[in-house]
Amino acid sequence: MSKFVIAVLVENKFGVLARVSGLFSARGFNIDSLAVGETEDPEVSRITVVVDADEKILEQVKKQLNKLIDVIKVEDLTAGEYVDRELILIKVKAESLKTREKIVKIVDSTKAEIVNSGKKTLTIEEARDEHAVRALIELLRPYGIVEIVRTGKIAIKAD
Amino acid sequence: MGKISGAEIFVKSLKAEGVEHIFGYPGGVIIPIGDQMYDDDEITFHLTRHEQGAVHAADGYARATGKVGVCLATSGPGATNLVTGIATAHMDSIPIVAITGQVKSSLIGNDAFQEADMSGITRPITKHNYLVKDVKDLAKTIKEAFHIARTGRPGPVLIDLPVDVQMDKAEFKYPKTVNLKGYKPTYKGHSGQIKKIIKAIKKSKRPVIYAGGGIIMSEAAKELTSFARKTNIPVTTTLMGLGGFPEDDSLSLGMLGMHGTAYANHAVQSADLIIAIGSRFDDRVTGRLDTFAKDAIIAHIDIDPSSVSKNVQVDVPVIGDAKNVLKEMNKLVEKKGFEAWHKQIKKWKKEVPLIYKDDNKLRPQYIVEQIQKTTKNEDVIIATEVGQNQMWAAQHYTYTKPRTWISSGGLGTMGYGFPAAIGAQVGKPGAIVFDIAGDGSIQMNIQELATAVTEKLPIKIVILNNGYLGMVRQWQELFYDKRYAWTVLDRKGATMCPDFVKLAESYGAKGLRITKKEDVAKAIKTAVKTKGPVIMDFVVEKEENVFPMVPAGESINNMLHGLA
Ligand SMILES: Cc1ncc(C[n+]2csc(CCOP(=O)(O)OP(=O)(O)O)c2C)c(N)n1
Ligand SMILES: [Mg+2]
Repeated sequence: MSKFVIAVLVENKFGVLARVSGLFSARGFNIDSLAVGETEDPEVSRITVVVDADEKILEQVKKQLNKLIDVIKVEDLTAGEYVDRELILIKVKAESLKTREKIVKIVDSTKAEIVNSGKKTLTIEEARDEHAVRALIELLRPYGIVEIVRTGKIAIKAD
Repeated sequence: MGKISGAEIFVKSLKAEGVEHIFGYPGGVIIPIGDQMYDDDEITFHLTRHEQGAVHAADGYARATGKVGVCLATSGPGATNLVTGIATAHMDSIPIVAITGQVKSSLIGNDAFQEADMSGITRPITKHNYLVKDVKDLAKTIKEAFHIARTGRPGPVLIDLPVDVQMDKAEFKYPKTVNLKGYKPTYKGHSGQIKKIIKAIKKSKRPVIYAGGGIIMSEAAKELTSFARKTNIPVTTTLMGLGGFPEDDSLSLGMLGMHGTAYANHAVQSADLIIAIGSRFDDRVTGRLDTFAKDAIIAHIDIDPSSVSKNVQVDVPVIGDAKNVLKEMNKLVEKKGFEAWHKQIKKWKKEVPLIYKDDNKLRPQYIVEQIQKTTKNEDVIIATEVGQNQMWAAQHYTYTKPRTWISSGGLGTMGYGFPAAIGAQVGKPGAIVFDIAGDGSIQMNIQELATAVTEKLPIKIVILNNGYLGMVRQWQELFYDKRYAWTVLDRKGATMCPDFVKLAESYGAKGLRITKKEDVAKAIKTAVKTKGPVIMDFVVEKEENVFPMVPAGESINNMLHGLA
């Protein structure tokens, strides 16, 4: 099993998401993340799926995705170079002034941003690639992570 | 033009698609459609006695005629009763459009009376499905549904139609074309790939054509026959491909796979080139995968890219319609001798022929043969149930024409044959339609005898009555020490089968019981002469088995033989 990033261009209609996700779930593949949004053409949406799968079975899933009437195109981004982004919001415990200063320092050393400061927590936004996101989470973990919210990865082929 | 109701749009759209027959069953939320059709005699509504009967009838109609079969059911239980039939059609790529009524749009999702989420339930067993939410989309939806059902690799399409949409009004204009961005089947095979197959044939010494249901679907039987004859390559077909190549041709190897002929299985296993056409390397065909045709180059012609290299790694894929591709290939091929190969095949045919013990007992295989012998020169369609009856019907009847064999292959649905025979008879009123049945299977949709009697559909039901759920019993005999759990239908003193003769009579049909070999031909002739439906209850040898047999998971040349 390994990770794949699959982009599926679909007709922007109800029920499409269920058809697409159904093909993965029927084989017991766990979807790590799934993001949907309109494309440059409002009638077409793009679903980006990150999935842990067996390569041979995934090959079959890709063909079957293509077979769905509402699916226009399937692209396996992992097959080449691609740029990916994920927006993540991390809420960390930050009760003492000292801790808050430390966290602010960490955030300043990255491209992340503090988007909310509560009495007892700070919420940080990071929106870069997988590595940056993972690194930031590890840096913040010692302070006590209260909640993480992520959009799921979106990706585009690199030219 | 003025506005008309959704129900009227529905009927007009079906007419625009050329629909002549609908099989169905009424209920609350499809009353508007029924009302619309009440005074209309352009489309005949066939009232079955169960929705499962309706969907199998639509499927049988499609298989017999090549047209799209149509069935209609009410919401909730009516709609869920279609599920087995939709799945059956899906597995065998049969073009049907199933329409289900749905509760009022405003009630969807509320657990309303007789609500079932049909688009959700049928998502994995349809080629595509629709929930129509606005009457303005109805005509376009129907157009798309028929287009999707019949093109590419055919399959079932479901339209879920809320009752308020049937009553809402809109202007009617039936679209001339469909525009589906994501659906453009490839019909024309890649010429470079086709040439690769031609080259492979030139190099080959032991080629075999392995043809499936795709031959029937794409109406390619003629092209396949000339391809085989032009190249001198032997042909084996799958269960779904029966009738796609004349089995009385000397190039025919009959059926392959679990209950295929020994010579077909040996030929495939020894081949150096397999040309698969419209077939999908199903596990009942390949047996143990890693030993299947392991010395062969595999060429595969199929309209569905997802069939290619699914189970067996394909060396030369050609995506396209079987008929088109065969036509192209027929322009390029040359005749070859393959003398040694044909000699070997002849030897197998002699050494391991398809035989049974033809003594003076009443054996099921003999009955199947007699059906053919007594109806020579007639148009005959054989529908089957599932089990030993189905395999004997496949093995011991010589199929020579497409669309004369109607059987549930992929799903193996007991109870399929009789309603499918009804659909076939509706589509082919001139044909003699038999349902070769088991005593178990026939009880799964026996209620349709009322439909056949009412509609004067003269279907001939042949029950190979062995008192067992025979195919399961056969596995228990061979692999479970004869422990016949749940498979005995006629225990002494407590018969679990009805008296089929009386049962036929109670429906107003004719019933015949045959217990002796010498009475078989006469009974079949009587049945054929009888105007209405007939049940022939053949009390056969109880523990007869289907041979050859490849045990599940074995290589297909490791067959069990009954008489060897
Ligand atoms: C709907 C359904 N239920 C169960 C089965 C499993 N099954 C396959 S063959 C068979 C026995 C069929 O018995 P019968 O119709 O008497 O035919 P026979 O094998 O005796 O000819 C059964 C139970 C099935 N194929 N379909
Ligand atoms: Mg039986």
